[in-house]
Amino acid sequence: MTLLDEPRTSADDPTPRTTVRTEPARQDRSVAQQTRLMSSTTAEQRFVQAGSWVAALALAWLVTTRVLAWEGAVAFCLTWFVLGIAFVALTTALVGTWPEVVDRVMSATIHAAVVLLGVALLSTILFIFLRGREALFHVNFFTQDMEGLGPRDPFTRGGILHAILGSLIEVGIAVAVTIPLGIGTAIYMTEIGGRFARIVRTVVEAMTALPSIVAGLFIYTVAIVFLGLPSSGLAAALALGVMMLPIIARASDVVLRVVPGNLREASLALGASRWRTVWHVVLPTARPGLATAVILGVARGVGETSPVLLTSGAASFVVTNPTDGVMNSLPLYIYSTVRSGEPLEIARAFAAASVLLALVLLLFVAARLLARPKKGIR
Amino acid sequence: MQTVLRTEPPAHDVDHPRDIVVDLSGSDRAFVLTTRSIAATVLVITGGIGLFLAYSAVPTMNRYGLDFLTGTRWEPESDVLGIGSVLVGTLTVALVALVVAFPLSLMAALYIAEYAPPRLRGFLTSLVDLMAAVPSIVYGLWGFFLLQPHASKVAHWIHQHLGFIPFFRVDTDADAAVWDQSKYTASAFIAGLAVAMMVIPMACAVMRQVFGQTPAGEREAAFALGATHWGVVRTVVLPFGRGGIIGGTMLGLGRALGETIAVLLIISPSFDLKLKPLEIGTNTVSALIAGRFGEASETQLAALLAAGFVLFMITLLINTLAAVVVNRSRSGAGAEA
Repeated sequence: MTLLDEPRTSADDPTPRTTVRTEPARQDRSVAQQTRLMSSTTAEQRFVQAGSWVAALALAWLVTTRVLAWEGAVAFCLTWFVLGIAFVALTTALVGTWPEVVDRVMSATIHAAVVLLGVALLSTILFIFLRGREALFHVNFFTQDMEGLGPRDPFTRGGILHAILGSLIEVGIAVAVTIPLGIGTAIYMTEIGGRFARIVRTVVEAMTALPSIVAGLFIYTVAIVFLGLPSSGLAAALALGVMMLPIIARASDVVLRVVPGNLREASLALGASRWRTVWHVVLPTARPGLATAVILGVARGVGETSPVLLTSGAASFVVTNPTDGVMNSLPLYIYSTVRSGEPLEIARAFAAASVLLALVLLLFVAARLLARPKKGIR
Repeated sequence: MQTVLRTEPPAHDVDHPRDIVVDLSGSDRAFVLTTRSIAATVLVITGGIGLFLAYSAVPTMNRYGLDFLTGTRWEPESDVLGIGSVLVGTLTVALVALVVAFPLSLMAALYIAEYAPPRLRGFLTSLVDLMAAVPSIVYGLWGFFLLQPHASKVAHWIHQHLGFIPFFRVDTDADAAVWDQSKYTASAFIAGLAVAMMVIPMACAVMRQVFGQTPAGEREAAFALGATHWGVVRTVVLPFGRGGIIGGTMLGLGRALGETIAVLLIISPSFDLKLKPLEIGTNTVSALIAGRFGEASETQLAALLAAGFVLFMITLLINTLAAVVVNRSRSGAGAEA
């Protein structure tokens, strides 16, 4: 080190470089750093908007029922939407300029689209539970199977225990196979790397495009047609596993890649081996993300019908041995009973769909809770 | 004691940098070996499926040639197998799904990124993810039992008023006193609506992520110049997120092409080559596989595998293009699609 770039002393420079603040810091600093909410409206604007939509509602009723006689909720809602947009444009044009009119119209359209989506999602969930409620609230629905029961037997007899057990067994096997393989591959791709890892990553990413029905057809051809194995829970589990493996590997890869590199470097610099770094630093850091990836993969597997349709057959009784012939599962049960066309059977299918949907919702909420950052860390 | 400055240059002993590639310890070597063999297993499994599909497509392509892709009949009895009409049906369903899903997912993503109150954003994002987690058979039930009666009326209305366009034509009298509702059910249109419910969350998730990365400085600059909220969206957010919009839509398209069970529940299978999405009857590659695998002879099974391979190739192509578009764009550098 030379003496050339020695800092100047305070003797050369009359103004002190550091000052100690004497007055207290201003309290409103945090307010200044907040981003301003851009969509502020005045009370008058909100009133005009609400008025436009109410007027459109009234006019839509008039048009659909009195003038044109279009029956049906869809026609009414569409008319209401078109008229509402027109009213919003009109009321804005009375006082505002062209850009303001466009702004309001687009804002109204976006809000309407979101309401439509919300209605679609809500109607899906509510519809399934409403149609399923008749058959759902019987204890035997969860404790019995459908052995020896016909399509006209009452809801007090029979149930979907066989489908629930079948789903759990099939998905359980698939998960037991895919989690070590998927996460192991993700660890190899992110922690070790190299040319081979790039090849693996390319192939895995390509295989996420595999349609689930083709995964099912693959297992059907290889295991059932070529190897001559019977349709069984194991074949279904393999088909589900083949479908889930690229999904889980890819999602875990994404999660592991965002683990900060300085954590790894710190661990290695402290003398930990690579293995210990992965086990004690990388995996614990990525645990919430990995759990989310796995649970969402499982939710996908539970609900997937097409691979199971081709490979498991459909039993009407409880089968617990996955290698022992046909087995049923929730999505397959729903599909086959809905196809039968009998009203009571369809009600049972909806009840089974409620169970499936509840299972997926449960998994989803679990994934959300796990993914939430712990308080105090951030 | 004083610091003594060195005056003579240091002796010329050449520095040898330490070799930073250290020998792995035993446990590390085992770790590398284990993960590498796991990765190799996964490579063999996943790559094997692709190779197997390609391999089983060969005899079919040899036997039927290009007619397999363009032929419109599936008649195993007379040894005529072609997936032309099925491919058209697949594309029609996907097209309907995209036409519905694209504007809705774009607006939903804009709402979450731009218009929603900040407190609601996390909740809305979860809701979109939840929509992606709902099983496809549930959307199938929804489409078949709840949507179909309404959607067939909409189809009838479109036929009545836009029937002069060949695309919207249906083989029945639109203005009959008692219109034939069954002609408008089980169509590519209704299947496409159900598939749109599965496309929307996928496309919306990518778009929202990209919109969320819009540089705050550019947005604020537009506001400072006096732009309206929509003006900011049109001039800053949408151009910035163009890659995400295209990429997300294409990812959704990939999903729409491969969707089976919702389509299978809704459509009534037919083998005509037709571009009439409002009319009853269509078929898609995945529905063809699901419907025909059971009674398939060996040649037919090979043909189904070839059809599956064609579907996989189309999906793969679209997904790859989507990834390229997202990565090339300005906004997509950090986004994983």
